[in-house]
Amino acid sequence: MAVKIRIPTPLRSVTNGADMVEVQAGTVDEALKNLCAQFSGMEKRLYKQPGELNRFVNIYVNDEDIRFLNNLQTPIKDGDDISVVPAIAGG
Amino acid sequence: MSYVLGLKCRECGEKYPQKGVHVCEVCFGPLEVQYDYAAMRGKVTRESIESKPRNLWRYRDLLPINGEPKAGLSSGWTPLRRAHNLEKVLGVKELYIKDDSANYPTWSYKERVVSVAITKAIELGYDTVGCASTGNLANSVAAHAAVAGLKAFVMIPHDLEQGKVLGSLIFGPTMVRIEGNYDDVNRLCSEIADKYKWAIVNVNLRPFYTEGAKTFGFEVAEQLGWRLPKHTVCPTAGGTILPKIYKAYQEFIDLGLVADNAPKIYSAQAAGCNPVVEAIRAGHDLIKPQKPKTIAKSIAIGNPADGFYVVQAVKQSGGWGEDATDAEIVDAIKLLARTEGTWTEPAGGTTLAATIKLINSGRIPRDESICVCITGNGLKTVEVVVDQLEPPTSIPPKLDAFDALMATYQAQQAKTPAKVPAGV
Repeated sequence: MAVKIRIPTPLRSVTNGADMVEVQAGTVDEALKNLCAQFSGMEKRLYKQPGELNRFVNIYVNDEDIRFLNNLQTPIKDGDDISVVPAIAGG
Repeated sequence: MSYVLGLKCRECGEKYPQKGVHVCEVCFGPLEVQYDYAAMRGKVTRESIESKPRNLWRYRDLLPINGEPKAGLSSGWTPLRRAHNLEKVLGVKELYIKDDSANYPTWSYKERVVSVAITKAIELGYDTVGCASTGNLANSVAAHAAVAGLKAFVMIPHDLEQGKVLGSLIFGPTMVRIEGNYDDVNRLCSEIADKYKWAIVNVNLRPFYTEGAKTFGFEVAEQLGWRLPKHTVCPTAGGTILPKIYKAYQEFIDLGLVADNAPKIYSAQAAGCNPVVEAIRAGHDLIKPQKPKTIAKSIAIGNPADGFYVVQAVKQSGGWGEDATDAEIVDAIKLLARTEGTWTEPAGGTTLAATIKLINSGRIPRDESICVCITGNGLKTVEVVVDQLEPPTSIPPKLDAFDALMATYQAQQAKTPAKVPAGV
């Protein structure tokens, strides 16, 4: 499946400034791994260890936090939109 | 002079200069302002603080600004009151209300964080500020931006109380209602900050913004006569204020301004949005996000950015977490009003209700000092009590009508000899 991953500002130094990267994947984990394979330095920013994201990395599929779905194993459909979002202070 | 050294990631230690930056670019961890505490010794003293005006900037040596304050010169220094009536009702020896429902100009603790953020925005050369808000922050950003002559864009969830909406609009910002909950607003704002190069106070000014919350703790300590309460109960939404109050206490201890009484801090949340309290109870560091469902909208944040640090501070201090149902929240709002004359919003009701439960469960001993952090004003959230109060009686303008009413009233009084405040 072809999915788009939205890249937030703090990660754009790794993607040569790209704010959107397209990858092929069947799950969120595959999508992020493919992203990491394309850009060196991405993996340590996203993953604490294989299968475990860093504490402050939030991943959304379309508009839903993957922790309400099936976490990294959340399946991806063609045209889905993945966002990587840093946590935000309260308001 | 400024004691600020720069910014440092709390997670991985990466260092950054002072700039508009949201999170660590290496690991997404939050950035913390670093100070030269060694240089403060002997210079930042009780006397140096007491010599400054009575507003939140009297603690400016411990705040991340380089020049003069540009906002909030009348903010902070809110009342810390001994709550004798509430002490009697709850059966405790020493209880204080730190009352930010009286914080000027928009009646919440947010004046503290916004005063620092707006000053920093001006220092860094921004001409537009904004925020993602559950209401109080938007009110404060709109007011302080108006005074500072900055453009303001405030983003809120679509279902906020009218008082919170009007409380921003009156100051003339551009307000955008986002069709989603606060966590959706947050997510959008992180993208807006990136794209439009604005100073979104709780996004790219977050490291500076959060430091302002320390002034709540500094004031408690100074107003208590340069000592710390043994127990502090604080509401938790995104998780900004609780760790910063604890940090404020520790900074005063480290600078020798107060004795170290091993202060304990407690997190209060609504039962309909309690991800941090759940984590504390379960002994987890990991916060499981929730979809909020509570009348306490100002603290309805299901995915708290700094929830992890709330859990850490609570654990480190030996405190605990407690939650309150919507009914308990309303009862506590009424109790605080009817004993201490303070009308707080549901966040404050949550905090008092949680305090009562912590006392009743024995987590907080009845004979030690307790501080309840009231962070917002009930006039903005009339919706939550409008159906909970006895409507006034209407009579013709005749004395005999009033006499008849009094006869009924006195008969009722005779049936209930002791006056017991509502909600107990």
